[in-house]
Amino acid sequence: MYPTTYHKPASLSDAAAALSASDEAMVLAGGQTLLPTMKQRLASPSALVDIRAIPELRGITVSGATVTIGAATTHAEVAGHQGVQQTIPALACLAAGIGDPAVRHMGTIGGSVANNDPAADYPAAVLGLGATVVTSTREIAADDFFEGMFATALEEGEIITAIRFEAPKRAAYMKFRNPASRYAIVGVFVAETAAGVRVAVTGAGADGVFRHSGMEEALSASFAPEAVDGCEVGEGDMAADIHASAPYRAHLVKVMARRAVAGAV
Amino acid sequence: MTKVTMTVNGKAQTRDVPDTTLLSDFLREELRLTGTHVGCDTSQCGACVVHVDGRAVKACTALAVALDGAEVTTIEGVAQGKELHPMQVAFNDHHGLQCGFCTPGMIMTGIDMVERYKASGLPLTEEAIRHELEGNICRCTGYHNIVRAIEDAAQKMQAAPAAAAE
Amino acid sequence: MTDGIGARAKRKEDRRFTTGKGKYTDDIRVENQAYAAFVRCPVAHARINGIDASAALAMEGVIAVHTGPELKADGIGDLIAGWAITSKDGSPMKTGVWSPLVTEYGRYVGDAIAIVVAETQAQARAAAEAVEVDFEELPAVVVADKALEEGAAQVHENVPGNLIYTWELGDEARTDAAMANASHVTELDIVNNRLSPNAMEPRSAVAVYDEAEDHYTLYTTSQNPHVARLVLSAFYNVAPEHKLRVIAPDVGGGFGSKIYIYPEEIACLWASMKTGRSVKWTSERGEAFLTDAHGRDHVTKAKMGFDNEGRIVAFHVDTIANLGAYASLFATVTPTYLYGTLWSGQYDIPAIYGTVRAVHTNTVPVDAYRGAGRPEATYMIERMMEVAAREMRMDPAELRRRNFIREFPYQTQVILAYDSGDFDAILDKAQKAADVAGFPERRAEAEARGKLRGLGYSTFIEACGLAPSAAVGSLGAGVGLWESAEVRVNPVGTVEILTGAHSHGQGHETTFAQLVSDRFGVPIDNVQIVHGDTDKVQFGMGTYGSRSGPVGMSAVMKALDKVEAKAKKIAAHTLEASEDDLVIENGEVKVAGTDRKMGWHEVALAAYTAHNLPEGLEPGLKEGAFFDPVNFSFPSGALICEVEVDPETGVTEVVQFTAADDFGTIINPMIVEGQVHGGVTQGIGQALLERVVYDEDGQLVTGSYMDYCMPRADDVPSYVLDHHSTPSPNNPLGLKGCGEAGAIGAPPAVINAITDAIGTDDLQMPATPMAVWQALAWARSPVAAE
Ligand SMILES: Cc1cc2nc3c(=O)[nH]c(=O)nc-3n(C[C@H](O)[C@H](O)[C@H](O)COP(=O)(O)OP(=O)(O)OC[C@H]3O[C@@H](n4cnc5c(N)ncnc54)[C@H](O)[C@@H]3O)c2cc1C
Ligand code: FES
Ligand code: FES
Repeated sequence: MYPTTYHKPASLSDAAAALSASDEAMVLAGGQTLLPTMKQRLASPSALVDIRAIPELRGITVSGATVTIGAATTHAEVAGHQGVQQTIPALACLAAGIGDPAVRHMGTIGGSVANNDPAADYPAAVLGLGATVVTSTREIAADDFFEGMFATALEEGEIITAIRFEAPKRAAYMKFRNPASRYAIVGVFVAETAAGVRVAVTGAGADGVFRHSGMEEALSASFAPEAVDGCEVGEGDMAADIHASAPYRAHLVKVMARRAVAGAV
Repeated sequence: MTKVTMTVNGKAQTRDVPDTTLLSDFLREELRLTGTHVGCDTSQCGACVVHVDGRAVKACTALAVALDGAEVTTIEGVAQGKELHPMQVAFNDHHGLQCGFCTPGMIMTGIDMVERYKASGLPLTEEAIRHELEGNICRCTGYHNIVRAIEDAAQKMQAAPAAAAE
Repeated sequence: MTDGIGARAKRKEDRRFTTGKGKYTDDIRVENQAYAAFVRCPVAHARINGIDASAALAMEGVIAVHTGPELKADGIGDLIAGWAITSKDGSPMKTGVWSPLVTEYGRYVGDAIAIVVAETQAQARAAAEAVEVDFEELPAVVVADKALEEGAAQVHENVPGNLIYTWELGDEARTDAAMANASHVTELDIVNNRLSPNAMEPRSAVAVYDEAEDHYTLYTTSQNPHVARLVLSAFYNVAPEHKLRVIAPDVGGGFGSKIYIYPEEIACLWASMKTGRSVKWTSERGEAFLTDAHGRDHVTKAKMGFDNEGRIVAFHVDTIANLGAYASLFATVTPTYLYGTLWSGQYDIPAIYGTVRAVHTNTVPVDAYRGAGRPEATYMIERMMEVAAREMRMDPAELRRRNFIREFPYQTQVILAYDSGDFDAILDKAQKAADVAGFPERRAEAEARGKLRGLGYSTFIEACGLAPSAAVGSLGAGVGLWESAEVRVNPVGTVEILTGAHSHGQGHETTFAQLVSDRFGVPIDNVQIVHGDTDKVQFGMGTYGSRSGPVGMSAVMKALDKVEAKAKKIAAHTLEASEDDLVIENGEVKVAGTDRKMGWHEVALAAYTAHNLPEGLEPGLKEGAFFDPVNFSFPSGALICEVEVDPETGVTEVVQFTAADDFGTIINPMIVEGQVHGGVTQGIGQALLERVVYDEDGQLVTGSYMDYCMPRADDVPSYVLDHHSTPSPNNPLGLKGCGEAGAIGAPPAVINAITDAIGTDDLQMPATPMAVWQALAWARSPVAAE
């Protein structure tokens, strides 16, 4: 690890100040992505600003159909939260399938969304549910937030404070895990919302999480597994690596979508 | 250098360490608690699992400075004096270890999972145990006897009050 | 309580491991300790033009940077291959020169170029990054068969065409003639995937140089500290043996990868002398992927001929083995004598012939990994049997039975003479335990759930207890493969066993103690096993090739015989009886049929007080022995795997795995079962998950657990085990060895089950979901149907 200095501000404004005080400062949340990256000497932040002691960034509130999750809330907290389980079971289920128990005890929703790893799970839920990313300065609609792999609409020094979800009529997330890393090779989040059906795909895309309009249209017409069958998933848009070729990923997107529709609650 | 104070296995420990010090290094190098092992650099093998404020955490993926004030339990701290924790006994009873390198992490993960399932009231089935072990790699045992050990310890821990486990 | 041979004694060593008190090399901290890191070759093949360490040397905490030419100048030797193989034309093998630190060319990504020593590990690693290596990248070759092509990049100047040897075994003319007359011939192209051993404890070394005594101590992650000392002294010129102590403390798994003495240990010892500091190095996992010897990596064309009743008439093998950039210690013998000699499998095959071409490539050296040669042989034969049965529309178990060897000893066409076995009995047991009769019903039930269920067999035999010395010597081995033991009885009757075998998970502290307990009736807690330290144990060959039981324990038995004889002399003298009338039972030496007796501890005390010994008898009770067996031992087994494949995704689930083995006598069933569980899991890992991938340029793609897929708990089922023992006549206990059987036998059982499920044999390991999906898609495509 390259040397760095650690800060643990108690308020959002102190955090913002600490971030702007140092050129290459980075937010540290659960550290489950950032620390491995630093250990492998692939990241070298000049300062780490730990946001876990900021009270308003923690916790979950459920009011009616709205679920607001503080950015520093861990995957385990989301997975085990009764309100989330009842209001958006697909979200609790997704959180329970991230990494392993120890990772879930530390990793946070804000960190996952800010990082926008192309194989991460949460981006599929945020995009699939049309959630709102609340930051230290503004609110960003999911459709405007993800800008390709590891890229988001976040400005320098901008901190995610919470993610706000509206409960869908029904939804499900189906993940095809990478057998080695256990991240998603393909993850499909399907949601029937008040504004129509949304289908978000993670893991598969050559440029990170994306919505699949073809499937959305087909499922809006008929929310049934078979509706997916006639849809095209372009192999050209797919990522490829030693675990899965582009055609295989394209195939899996449809299989996972079908299974998600079948399992939506 | 930053001053860090943690309660480790019930004892307050204060050290001045670089901000980059991982909890695993803090335990191994500063406190010489070498039971916490390091088997990978991508946070996947689980040889380093300890409990921080009662939850299983990968010590290789946490900064010591971030844990100022935390309660940490390592493999060296789970036995009550000479009396081993039921999970430790079960690993011996069921031959849940061979080279022993993954064992500290397995035991700490095992205790954590049993406590969580106990609290939630969910049944800790073989399938659940195997799923819960996703972050712990063992190259020697093929997991068969680790699963047996955790099943057995879970039964014994079910009988005991939760607090006795830590 | 005594725990004799056959008892499920719980392991004595567990207490320290379950309480975090194990002592592994990286746990050791010595006086005056500094840390090493290595500068490594960033490309697969390069000429090193210069090394500029000035920036690194200026960094905080940096003590020294040393390079290959300096090491050479100090007379440190090159790494050796321990087994000389002769090509079929009679010429000796050609291998490239392997200097512990590169002198001129880097030949794989990770090849060590320089050692950096600094006050802290972080400083050493940072400085290693700051060493500037001026290099010119050269063309590289990574794949075995490509290495032999015309115009392929040359890895070593002195190894033309990258060909190390072309070795042959068997009778070519007879095999060809028999093949020509066969009524059915099965042909198969087989790839044995390249694996990374991945013991969970990364390699580590602490080198201590004592200037006053001109003496070195090396703490290291070794399966064979004495062999390490021998080669470090005799070949690498680090120090003469009496000036070098090698200690292998608790070692966190080996699987072959910790047999070898690597450049890092040599460089740390040398750097310790250069810098006057104790030098510690611990591998990171990423470094382990780059530098720990890999395993397997064969491509093979195999042909098996059958008569019209399904009896094998001929077997022909053509293999290319990738040994990587340098020939590591056991690299040359693994794809020859540890492979070809098992080509007969469990079958009576009248004509066998094969060749093996071993090649250099620009990849990390490949050496013995759990099973070493025998998994490659088994995978090939057992795939052939299954495919042949399908082609001939025979039941695969029946085809095997038609060819089983039933008379022992059995002389194969490929050197070995099998000692004992009962292949029908183990297959019967496996079939019963696996409920093969109920399979059609299970398959139908799976089909109703949309899953393809398949069943696959593997009936394997392997050779364990690597020895005997004279025989291996005549085949090119550089060392003898006996084992030594010493039994020390203390005046209070407790016992110390010193053994040259080394435990890194096998539970020797318990099983070796069981031998003593069985013999003298002392509780296993009163027996201490001493191993892993060249200062304490005189000599030994270490633990690999499942040799600790058949060879190591046999040496203990010989020493126990001597102790027993002397103890009886003493007791007979005291009890005024004849030695022949004495029996040792429950910790007492008794005159049979009387109530005259002495406690074991009384005999021990008498030996040491020496107040009343028979005339001419030396005081004390301590004996040593060397054991050199007359032959290998031959464990065998029948494995049955059942899988379910999801045809939509290609995901395979191993739903049932049954193993019935013949390991001869079993000292501790609990430990033997554990060895099978672990071995089978490694075998399932090879079949389904694991593979080392290099890209075309020789960069390692699978450099971490993010891409190299280790078997986890949810990848494997609980296992069903049974056994049937036919003791080996080749050692006093009748042991056969159990450490590798699972890894040897499991892969073909898994692939045979998957190919049964999906209805095509066009599938190589690892059968990843994508590979299975592709095989299914191909088999179901109209082109394939034609
Ligand atoms: C073994 C292992 C397995 C895993 N498996 C999965 C998996 O299956 N699926 C999956 O999705 N993920 C997986 N992860 C990643 C895990 O979910 C991480 O927790 C998550 O990606 C990042 O969250 P974090 O809180 O740990 O963030 P950190 O690592 O602390 O930070 C990640 C990045 O986000 C930035 N950041 C963090 N919080 C904020 C914020 N509030 N505002 C702005 N920027 C912020 C940081 O600066 C950094 O760049 C795995 C990780 C590990 C170690
Ligand atoms: S060392 Fe922490 S997960 Fe491997
Ligand atoms: S016991 Fe060796 S890694 Fe688990």
